[in-house]
Amino acid sequence: MLNKYPLWKTLMVLFIVAFGALYASPNLYGEDPAVQISGLRGIETNAATLDLVKSHLDEKKISYASIVMEGGQILARFRDTEQQLRARDLLDESIGDEYSVALNLTPATPAWLASVGGTPMKLGLDLSGGVSFLMEVNMKEAIIKAQESLVDDFRTGLRGEKIRYRSVKKVDDAIAVQFRNLEDLENAETFLEKQNQNLIFVSDEANLTLSAKMTEQRLKETREYALQQNITIIRNRVNELGVAEPLVQRQGQKHIVIELPGVQDTAKAKEILNATATIEFRLVDTDGDLGAALNGRVPGSSQLLKERNGQPVLLKKRVMLTGDHIVDAGSSFDEYSRPQVNITLDSAGGSKMSNGTKNSIGKPMATVFIEYKPTDRVDSEGNTVFEKVEEVISVATIQARLGKTFRITGAGSQAEAHNLALLLRAGALIAPIQIVEERTVGPTLGAENVQLGFQAIMMGFGLVFLFMLIYYRAFGVVANLALGANLVLIIGVMSMIPGATLTLPGMAGIVLTVGMAVDANVLIFERIREEIREGKSIQQSIHQGYDAAFSTIIDANITTLIAALILFAVGTGPIKGFAVTLSIGIITSMFTAVIGTRTIVNAVWGGKRLDKLSI
Amino acid sequence: MQILQLKETVAFMRYRKVAVVFSLLLMAASVVSLATNKLNFGLDFTGGTLIEVGFEQSADLTKVRAIMDSNGFDDAVVQLYGSSRDVVIRLATREDVKAEMLGNQVLDVLQAGTGQTIDMRRIEFVGASVGDELAEQGGLAMLTALICILVYVAFRFEWRFALGSVIALFHDVLLTLGLFSVLQLEFDLTVLAAILAVIGYSLNDTIVVSDRIRENFRKIRVGTPEDVINISLTQTLSRTIITSITTLLVLAALFFKGGALIHGFATALLLGVFVGTYSSVYVASSVALALGISKEDLIPEVIEKEGADQEEMRP
Repeated sequence: MLNKYPLWKTLMVLFIVAFGALYASPNLYGEDPAVQISGLRGIETNAATLDLVKSHLDEKKISYASIVMEGGQILARFRDTEQQLRARDLLDESIGDEYSVALNLTPATPAWLASVGGTPMKLGLDLSGGVSFLMEVNMKEAIIKAQESLVDDFRTGLRGEKIRYRSVKKVDDAIAVQFRNLEDLENAETFLEKQNQNLIFVSDEANLTLSAKMTEQRLKETREYALQQNITIIRNRVNELGVAEPLVQRQGQKHIVIELPGVQDTAKAKEILNATATIEFRLVDTDGDLGAALNGRVPGSSQLLKERNGQPVLLKKRVMLTGDHIVDAGSSFDEYSRPQVNITLDSAGGSKMSNGTKNSIGKPMATVFIEYKPTDRVDSEGNTVFEKVEEVISVATIQARLGKTFRITGAGSQAEAHNLALLLRAGALIAPIQIVEERTVGPTLGAENVQLGFQAIMMGFGLVFLFMLIYYRAFGVVANLALGANLVLIIGVMSMIPGATLTLPGMAGIVLTVGMAVDANVLIFERIREEIREGKSIQQSIHQGYDAAFSTIIDANITTLIAALILFAVGTGPIKGFAVTLSIGIITSMFTAVIGTRTIVNAVWGGKRLDKLSI
Repeated sequence: MQILQLKETVAFMRYRKVAVVFSLLLMAASVVSLATNKLNFGLDFTGGTLIEVGFEQSADLTKVRAIMDSNGFDDAVVQLYGSSRDVVIRLATREDVKAEMLGNQVLDVLQAGTGQTIDMRRIEFVGASVGDELAEQGGLAMLTALICILVYVAFRFEWRFALGSVIALFHDVLLTLGLFSVLQLEFDLTVLAAILAVIGYSLNDTIVVSDRIRENFRKIRVGTPEDVINISLTQTLSRTIITSITTLLVLAALFFKGGALIHGFATALLLGVFVGTYSSVYVASSVALALGISKEDLIPEVIEKEGADQEEMRP
């Protein structure tokens, strides 16, 4: 019998649409005001923190809807924004510096829906309000810095090998070494070539010079490293801001995108992002009297600082090494499987470290994290006053004379070692960064954009709906059902994909999809009409119509999909937002407009003897 | 309901010489306008600062301009944006003032000058270097899209169709850009996205027509290629018009309801849909015909049903 679908096929279509509807439904529930508490600098929130937060809130009689731990953070939901704001202010004061307290809007998705992974769509900044920055890493500086450290490397290397040289200099983009005789030049070339695989050496025997250039590969690695490093730094700083759901992402070769939803105080955000953080290594003053120092009698050459756990430490004022000499840091385990942090210094740093630790074997050395935090105070010129915050992040005993690479043990856990390595890397800013783009969308504009976009979708949908109904009558109803299912599926898929964000151009993409999605149905219906005109039977016409239009629909949609995917791959910002909804829309519309409508048509008209068709 | 019921084949291709001249003229005009008028590039490409503020009451633009002028922002472009209370102010990149601070400065100046509470709606600052990269990226995106489409169509159809559709796409993009240049509409990133969507739409149209031409070449054993193309265009005309109508309907909704931010996007697509519909009828088919498309090119050596490999997905 023509135009009959097996039951399983009908059920499958129904199942897919129901599935889409289920995952689209979280968008209907709206959002609860919430406060999010997350740990800073490697500190994680735990059950104890949860109890602390609860007791603070109970004490001040602030009622909450729920408090839960979620992915290492504590999330307290409130019934209204008034309670939320009160709670934020209270917690901000009482819970301490180790935590950041941020306002948040949390989806009010019912628990059963959330437990199957149902989340609402993520809204872009143009819809939610907030600020986005585009930061550019100064790659020229990064390369120059790398070359300068090579100059140092060459000097120490040659000295170590007892090869005499006249000078080592950076000339343009190469490093030139001048020698006194040919023998030294040759020895140096053999030695340096072996040491530096990714440099190109050219020797000029007439002038007794050897010059080295970075290979393309090495330059690329240096740039890549500078970018990664800066991303790490910015992530750390963004965490300090206490923003709910921030985004720090690389874009292209030298840019970093930072999105801070809901942030209104952009001046503060900028100050923190541009602030500097660094690391210092200093010896612990073991001769000084800690007890006396605590009572205010600190020796002149020492300083009293605190460890992260609040323990006071007496440190020598003299700085053994600053963080800008750190080239790399990573975490691993030592031979007793205790976590450790491995540090690599540049050669200048290496010799400083070596000199500094020569006579201090067996003594404790402290790693100090220094940060310049903006305060509420303003100086006479209207600039924010920064406060220097120093904190001891580790104290370790020097086991041997240290050189270019060494390790710090004593980190409590693997996670802590990992974070310490991160901070050490973050302390050394390899290349300056600069804000090249900034966009702030006020919260009212964001809400307005959502409303306008929604209205446009509804109006466009309504117009097409009406048109199809008038033009194709009963078959128009079928097409409209498919269109509705398509909209539900787009929203469902958008909500399911973790990386997809709805933006205003994205909404425009949905509107456009609605307009273009009916194209498949128009193609099919026009074919059916043609077949009927040619005198074929109704069932035959339906069958032929779907059949003949199929390859056209596939070809037309695949080419559009190619365009949309390319947009997604190379586009940024609004272009990407548009490409996401368009791509999803094309795929879902092929399903609803071809298979979806066929299911309905078969169920209603299939397998019957018909003389007329409402098309 | 039936919009047009054609009993006879329309001899579209009879007018193709006229259409070619018409298209060439329009394309030349676009090139001339792009060369002389240039595009009115928005902030995304030029760099600078844009501040959108909301006034409590209708904003007096003359007064706002005077305030800006007397406070050293003499290069400010002040315009209404969307409604009479929303004002957008554009400033060029400046050397002396930190661009990030500019937004707040302007807000303070306006607040003091008008005595009204002014609501900050949007501040955008784009450095000058970003624009070049974007333009490069956008151009690259368009080129990649065109090449991929060329390859796909050549593989699925025939090289003459592929060339025809890519020329049609190029034609559409050029004319849309030309119109933006003539009307001096602002060209920003959303407009670029719209132009790429025009490529998608126009292609959709062209493929549908090409598909029918190919089918008819196999089915209709008599007649010249010109006749076959005319028959195909006539058969698909009603679909072409209906799809254009539904797309124009939603774009109109976007144009009137979508808000000022999406205006440029909607305008570009509205223009693009018109141009794209025309080009799928005239440009793509004319090119394929001029390149000498014939029955032999389209009758497959192995008789195989089209889309047989997709049998599984068949409805």
